[in-house]
Amino acid sequence: MTRSNHHSSMPAVVVDGLRKEFFRNDGRAGLRRRRKRVAALDGVSFEMHRGETLAILGQNGSGKSTLVRLLSTLLLDDGGSAHVFGHDVAAETRAVRRLINRVSVEASFFKKMSAVENLSYAARFYGMPIRETRERIPEILGRVGFPRKRMGEPLEDMSRGMQQKVALARALLTAPILLLLDEPTTGLDPRSKLEVQTFIREIRQIHDATILLCTHDLVEAEELADRVGILDRGRLIELAPAAELRAKYDAVTLEDAFFAATGKAFEDEPEEEDD
Amino acid sequence: MPQGAAAVLRHELIGLSGVFERNVYLVRRYLWWDVAFFVWTIANTLTIVFIGKGIEATGGDIDVERITTQLLVGAVVWAYLGVIFEILTETVAWERWEGTIEYTFMAPLSRPIHLFGMGLFAIVYGVIRAVLLFGVVALFFDLNLGQADYLAALVVLLVASISFLGIGMMTAVLPLISPEKGTQLGFMAQGILLVISGVYYPVSILPEWMQWASTISPATYALDGLRDAILDGDGLGSMGDELWPLVLIGAVSIPIGLWVFRIGEQYAKRHGKLKRSG
Repeated sequence: MTRSNHHSSMPAVVVDGLRKEFFRNDGRAGLRRRRKRVAALDGVSFEMHRGETLAILGQNGSGKSTLVRLLSTLLLDDGGSAHVFGHDVAAETRAVRRLINRVSVEASFFKKMSAVENLSYAARFYGMPIRETRERIPEILGRVGFPRKRMGEPLEDMSRGMQQKVALARALLTAPILLLLDEPTTGLDPRSKLEVQTFIREIRQIHDATILLCTHDLVEAEELADRVGILDRGRLIELAPAAELRAKYDAVTLEDAFFAATGKAFEDEPEEEDD
Repeated sequence: MPQGAAAVLRHELIGLSGVFERNVYLVRRYLWWDVAFFVWTIANTLTIVFIGKGIEATGGDIDVERITTQLLVGAVVWAYLGVIFEILTETVAWERWEGTIEYTFMAPLSRPIHLFGMGLFAIVYGVIRAVLLFGVVALFFDLNLGQADYLAALVVLLVASISFLGIGMMTAVLPLISPEKGTQLGFMAQGILLVISGVYYPVSILPEWMQWASTISPATYALDGLRDAILDGDGLGSMGDELWPLVLIGAVSIPIGLWVFRIGEQYAKRHGKLKRSG
């Protein structure tokens, strides 16, 4: 994995005026389906420095996942730009892909395969040879608290919390210097949630990773992130340390600050984003 | 990671082995499903190959052994092509179903290597199944295959596979563009390819426009070559009429297949379809 010195002197992420629109069905006009353009991201700009953890808060449909998928090279933008350690995510996909990994809300795996099998082939995609994976996979699974005796069992037999630990292990195995976490603790039981959050802290401290954390959990955002961004209908309306946000809106909690900034409660959930 | 062509090549070859490795794991985990599918394929093949004996039983004056072998070759090629197309289509379809598609497509592995890895596994798996299918079904019939040149047959199948991979890459992208219909369109392409290629009959009985279409189908030359090798014992030395068109079609279809897949992937990235739920 490339970790050359020049990476330490440049911003980890530079997003400038990023726009993404999707078409959405808008009823019918006679026999024809009407489609309307909906902005998933509307001129989003921010920078992250190396080693920083930035939490992005927003309701469903606010554009969080679109932002993560654009940085993951899985979407093409409709304007603006995004760079990861100086590499354009649209034009230099291969260079960007070497530097990033992600954990999303669903721990996506081939469910009939075991944790070791899933991690093994995934590591191979990042150029890791068999000898190396034989040593590193048991070690990294052990570090996320995955029981050794269950390493050969199909993942479909495991709890969501356990699967999410494997997802973290998969992301870490490739030693990313930018880790994209898209609601990694959503739907987990309190204990699994705590374990995953503890591990995220460890990643920060030990691996020198830059972390973009999209979350619904405001306490999690406040505890884990250096700065908090609020994404509302595709626009980044706030970006500051949590304490500053609370102070700005004269709010006791981050949830109150969110409410004041967006004019809506955090639980209000509009329709899902994307095409 | 060290830079340079050798390092890039090493990285890509490790990635290719990862694609192959994953498919081996899947076959192992779905072994009983595979066994069931193989039994179904045997039954399906038998229903076709028994037609030769059926014609004789209803008073037809035919060379039963020759017709039976011709039908067997056609059915085995149909099954082989089905495996190739299915595995290549799973490049997208299965990944979308399991939800791994985003992780695979954001990995630093070039798309051609990703597709070649799927293709390599498809060929190895397909050849093993084709050989087993041919052997098992042949046991049901009193076929005299003593003169067959199996090496020549295998070479024809492998050379034809290059073209099949190219066409498979074109259809593999369809589930990315249309998650609901894409897989079915792949099966449609497989069916059309075999209908125009004389899968169970000579191409000469087809309407003229279909005969013309058969000249650009690699399956036409694959079926001809396999039948010549197995029925008449023709060796590779006399297979020029089949092998050269296959090489030519393969040389054209692979770059076109990669190009079509790339266009499809770009479309999916533009419209947000490169994700698990479609």
